[in-house]
Amino acid sequence: MAKNADNQVSAVRKAKHGWVLTLFFSVLTVFYIYPIFLVLINAFKKKGFITKEPFALPSERSFFALKNFVNGIEKTNFFAAVGNSVIITVGSVLVIVICTSMCAWYITRVKNKLTSTVYTLCLFSMIVPFQMVMFSLSKLANMMRLSNPIGIIVVYLGFGAGLAVFMFCGFVKSIPLEIEEAAMIDGCTPIQTFFQVVFPIMKPTTITVSILQAMWIWNDYLLPYLVLDLKKYKTVPIVIQYLKGGYGAVDWGTMMAMLVLAIIPIIIFYIACQKYIIEGVVAGAVKG
Amino acid sequence: MEKAIKRYFPIFALPTIAAFTLGFIVPFLMGIYLSFCEFTTITDTKFVGLKNYIRIFSDPTFLHALWFTALFTVVSVLTINVFAFIIAMLLTKGIKGTNFFRTVFFMPNLIGGIVLGYIWQILLNGILANFGRTLTYSGTYGFWGLIVLMNWQQIGYMMIIYIAGIQNVPGELIEAAKIDGATNWQVLKNVTIPMVMPSITICSFLTLTNSFKLFDQNLALTAGEPSNSSQMVALNIFETFYTRTGWEGAGQAKAVIFFIIVAAIAMAQNRMTRSKEVQQ
Repeated sequence: MAKNADNQVSAVRKAKHGWVLTLFFSVLTVFYIYPIFLVLINAFKKKGFITKEPFALPSERSFFALKNFVNGIEKTNFFAAVGNSVIITVGSVLVIVICTSMCAWYITRVKNKLTSTVYTLCLFSMIVPFQMVMFSLSKLANMMRLSNPIGIIVVYLGFGAGLAVFMFCGFVKSIPLEIEEAAMIDGCTPIQTFFQVVFPIMKPTTITVSILQAMWIWNDYLLPYLVLDLKKYKTVPIVIQYLKGGYGAVDWGTMMAMLVLAIIPIIIFYIACQKYIIEGVVAGAVKG
Repeated sequence: MEKAIKRYFPIFALPTIAAFTLGFIVPFLMGIYLSFCEFTTITDTKFVGLKNYIRIFSDPTFLHALWFTALFTVVSVLTINVFAFIIAMLLTKGIKGTNFFRTVFFMPNLIGGIVLGYIWQILLNGILANFGRTLTYSGTYGFWGLIVLMNWQQIGYMMIIYIAGIQNVPGELIEAAKIDGATNWQVLKNVTIPMVMPSITICSFLTLTNSFKLFDQNLALTAGEPSNSSQMVALNIFETFYTRTGWEGAGQAKAVIFFIIVAAIAMAQNRMTRSKEVQQ
C-alpha cells in the first residue's frame, strides 16, 4: 500500500523522465554484461590473440573453434571437478538444512545452559574469519580422514552451522507453541512433530538458508583447497586456479574456455530460480 | 513438552553440535593456543610465549597488508554503498524494465571470487595494455583493479537490500514532507535516509566484513603482485602459513590479530549505525 501511495505522488514526474532512466540503465546493463561477453569471445580465440587483442572479435586468423574447450576439459578433467562441486554443494546444503533446523528447534524449545551456550557460540562463529581456524581445521580434517567430497560435508556442516542455526532459531521463535503442543497431544513423537508440523512451516527460512549456503559453498576456494586430497579431488574454483601455474605457464585460451564453462551453469541456475534467490538474499540480510 | 523433546538430544542437536565442535570450536581454541607455539603440524607444538606476536610486528609485509586492507575497505565500503543506494533510489521510481535491470545487476554475485578475478584480469589488462601497463605494474593498479571488481560484484547485492528498505518507507511520510514544502534533497536527507537506516546498517556491515576478509579475488586478480604490494591480510596470512617454512606460528598469530580486528570492527560498526536507526 505504501508503495502505491508513493507511485501516485510521483506519477507525473515519472512520465517525463522515465525514458531517460531506462536509457541510462540500459547503457549500464551493457557495461555490466560486457566482462562476461569478453570472456565468451576470447574463449574461441587462439591463445596468442587473447592477450594481444582481447577486445577484438574472433577473426579468421584468431578463431580456434572449440579447441580451447577440448584442451581445457582434457587438461583439467573439468567434468570430474563439476561432479565434485555438485556432490559437495548439494550434499552440504541438504545436511546443513536438515541438521541445523533440527538443532535450532531443539535449542529454542529446550532451555538450559548447554543450549544457550550453543546459541551464543553460533552467533560468535559468524564473525570469526576463516584464516583463524584454517590451519588447525585442515589438519584435523586430514587426521579424521575427511579429505574427500563426502567427508568435507561434515566440515561444511561444522563451519556453516553458525549462520544457519542463527537464522532457523529466529524463525522458530515466531512459531506459536500451541501448534506443536496440539501435535504432541494428538500423539506425535517429537520427531513426527518436527518433520510433519515444524519443518513445513519453516519453508521460507529453509529456502533462504539453502541459497546463502549454496552460493558460498559452490564458490568456496580456500576450504576445499586445504581440506580435500587434491591429487584425487578438485572442485571448479580449484581447477580454475590450477590453470594459473599448476600446469606451467598460463594458457589464457583454456583459461577463458573454463571460465565460460564455470559461469554457464550459474547463469542457468540464476535465471531459473532468480525470484527465490533475490527474496532469499533480502530475507537473509534482514535477519542476519 | 520440553521434557518430551529433551530426551531426543542425540537425534536433534548432537549431529550439529558435534560437527560444530569439530569444525569450529576445537580449531578456534587450537588456533589461539598455536599462536603461542612453534610448530609444523598440530601434533609437534612447542610453547614459545609471545615470540610469534613480536615477530609479526617486525614483518613489513604484514604491516603493509594491514594498511592496504584498511584503505581498500574504506574506499570499497563507500563506493559500493553510495552507488548501490543511488541505483536503488532510481530503480524504485517505477521505470520500464526495473525487474530486468535488477536481475542483471545482481548476477555477478553468484559468480565466485576466483572466476571473477580472472574475468577482470583479462579485461583490465586489456585496457591497461594501451598505456603499456598491467595490473601488476604497481600496488596502486592492483588496488583500483580490486575496487572496480568489488563494485561490480557487490553493488547488485546491496542494491537489492536497499530497494527492499526504500519500498518500506511509507508513502504518506514523503507526501507529508512534500506538502510541508521540503525539497527533494530534504526529503532524501530527513525522511528516506533515516527510514532506511536498518538497510544501511546491514549493507555497511556486509561490505565492511566482505572487503576486510577478501581473499579469492585478491588471489586471482593480482596474487599480491608486484612483490606483495597488492597483498591483503587474508592472503598474507595464507602465504605466511604455506610458503614460508618456520613461520607457521607467526601465521597463526597474524590470524589471531586479524580475528580481533574483524570482531572489533563488526561490533563497533553495529553499535554506531544501530544508534542512528529510528523507530518506525
